[in-house]
Amino acid sequence: MTDRETDAVSDFIELEDVRKVFDVRRKKGFLRRERHEVRAVDGISFTVPRGEIVGYIGPNGAGKSTTIKMLTGILTPSGGRIRVAGIEPSRERTKLAHRIGVVFGQRTTLWWDLPLIDSYKLAHRMYRIPDARFRENLDRCVELLDLADLLAVPVRQLSLGQRMRGDIAAALLHDPEVLYLDEPTIGLDVVSKARVREFLRDLNATAGTTVLLTTHDLQDIEQLCKRVMVIDHGRLMYDGALAGLHEIGESERTLVVDLERELPPLDITGARVLRVEGPRQWLAFPATASAAPLVTEVASSYPLVDLSVREPDIEAVIAKMYADRAELG
Amino acid sequence: MAEHAPGAPTAPGAPGTARATGVGGLAAFRIIAAMWIRSTMTYRFSFAMTLLANFVVTFFDFVVILLMFTHVEGLGGFGFAEVAFLYGTTSTAFGLADLALGQVSRIGRRVRDGTLDTLLVRPAPVLAQVAADRFALRRLGRVSQGLFVLVWSLVLLDLDWTVLKVCLVPLMVLSGAGIFGSVMVAGAAFQFWARDAAEVVNSFTYGGNTLLQYPPTIFARELVRGVTFVLPLAFVNWLPALYVLGRPYPVDLPESTAFLPPLVTAVCALAAGACWRAGLRSYRSTGS
Repeated sequence: MTDRETDAVSDFIELEDVRKVFDVRRKKGFLRRERHEVRAVDGISFTVPRGEIVGYIGPNGAGKSTTIKMLTGILTPSGGRIRVAGIEPSRERTKLAHRIGVVFGQRTTLWWDLPLIDSYKLAHRMYRIPDARFRENLDRCVELLDLADLLAVPVRQLSLGQRMRGDIAAALLHDPEVLYLDEPTIGLDVVSKARVREFLRDLNATAGTTVLLTTHDLQDIEQLCKRVMVIDHGRLMYDGALAGLHEIGESERTLVVDLERELPPLDITGARVLRVEGPRQWLAFPATASAAPLVTEVASSYPLVDLSVREPDIEAVIAKMYADRAELG
Repeated sequence: MAEHAPGAPTAPGAPGTARATGVGGLAAFRIIAAMWIRSTMTYRFSFAMTLLANFVVTFFDFVVILLMFTHVEGLGGFGFAEVAFLYGTTSTAFGLADLALGQVSRIGRRVRDGTLDTLLVRPAPVLAQVAADRFALRRLGRVSQGLFVLVWSLVLLDLDWTVLKVCLVPLMVLSGAGIFGSVMVAGAAFQFWARDAAEVVNSFTYGGNTLLQYPPTIFARELVRGVTFVLPLAFVNWLPALYVLGRPYPVDLPESTAFLPPLVTAVCALAAGACWRAGLRSYRSTGS
C-alpha cells in the first residue's frame, strides 16, 4: 500500500472541503413554502491514491451517494474542490466519463428489453473502445463474472445477481482507472456476493483499478477494503484502517455464557451484563482485552455449562461512534 | 494499465457539440435512437400494431387536411394555397424539431426518478442522449405530413419566384425547426426546477405550431406582436412566408426582417443552451 502522506503525486481522487447544500422547500399551508437548507455533504476532505480499495460507509442519508455523485460529475458541489485524475468532474463530465466506471446498485445502466450483449455493444461505440481492446475486456469479464450463458438473454429476464454482474462488466469495458460502486451487493444472495467480491479483488490486483465502494454490508468492507471512511451528517467521522475503527469506536466483544440455572446478572470485573434470558447471559467486554481471564472468573465463581465469544460487528461500532459524538456535540 | 489519449482541452461546448474524447452529439443520438428502435422491435406484435395504428392515423390526418383545404376558400384574406403554404412550412419545421428534440420534454420523469444519473456518467452530451430517449419512428409521420402539404402548396402557388424567395423556403423551414427546438430545450431545462412543467412547454410548442398554421391577419394584433417580439415564433414562418407570398405583415416591420430567422434561431439556440447548462448544474438527483 502506498504511503498516502508522501506520495501526493499519485493521489488520484482529491476532495478539499467539499460541500453540497440542498435547498428544500416544504409545503406549509396553501401557497406558503418553508425553505430550509440541508447540508448533505458538509466539508469533506480526503485523497485516494491509485490502486486503493476504499470502503465508504455510513447510515442512510449520511451523504455517501451525494459524494459519489459529485465525484462522477452528476452533481455540482456547492463549495470546495474536487479533482479526479486531475479533472474537475462537474466541468468536464464527458472527458472524465472515459476514465471512470460507475455501478449504481439500485439503478441498472443495462437496456431492459435487449439481450445483455447489446448493452456492451452500445458501450463499445459510445466509449469508442478499440475493437481488440473491447474483445479482450469483454472476454475477461465474461469469464470472471460467469456471463457466457447470459449474453443472449434480455436483461429483464436476468436475476438481480446476474444483472449486477452484468452491470459491473458494463462499467469496466472501457478500462476505467477508477470504479465507483454504490451498494454493489445490495439484495444479492451469498453466492453472488462472494463472486462480486472475488472479482473486485482480482480487478484491483491485476489491473490496479482504484475502487471506491459504498455499502451496507460490512462483510464487503472486511473482505475488500484495507481503508475505510465513515461519514455521517455529511462529515467524515473516521478515515483509516479497519482495525483502527474498532479502537476508536471502543468496540466490545460479547461473551455468551450458559449457566446451570437462572441467576441474577453476574458480577464480573472488566465486563458488564448486556442481557439476561433464563440461564443465558450476555457479557460485554472491550475488544482489545483478552477473553481468557474473564472466562476463568466466570467458571470459578458460577456454574458454567457452555460459552461462546462473539466478535464485534462494525455496524455496532459505528453506531457507538455516532452515539459518542452525539453526546459530545 | 491502458493509456488514455489525453483529450485536447476544449471549451465547454454548446449542447450537441463533440468533446475531444467523447462521442459527438449526433453520433450519440444515432446510436441511442437505434437501440430504442431495436428495443421496441423486441415486442413484435406491439411494434406491428403501433406501426399500423400510426399509418392509419397519419393517413386520416392527410384526409382531414385535404377536407379542410377543399372547403376553405380563404382565411383572413389569404387564399387556399397560401394557407396551405403557412400550414406546410410550420408543420414541417415543427415536425423536424419534434423528430430531433421532441423527447427532451420527457426529461421531467428522469429528473424525478433520478435515472438521469445513468446518462450523466456516459461520455456523450446529455442533451443528445435525452433527445434520443425512447426514440420512435412514428415521429417521421409528422414531418411527412408537413412536407406533403408544403410541396402541394408550392405546386398550387402562383407566384413570381425570385432566387431569394426560393432560397428562403428551405431556410425558413430549417430556422423554424431551430426555433421550435430551442423552445423545447429551454422548456426541458425548466423541468430541472419545476418538474411538471412539460404541459406549459407543450402549450408553446404545439400551441405555437397551431397558431402559425393560420394567417396572422385572423388574430388580434396584440397576439401577433407577442409572438413576434416576445416569444419569437413569428420568425418560424409568418415573417418569411409573407415575404415569399408578397403580402404585408400586420405589424409594421421592414421587409428585411423576413431574412432574420437564421439570426433569431442562433440567438434562441444560445439562450436555450445556457438554460440547459444551468438546469444540468442544478440537477439534484435523488437519494439513492
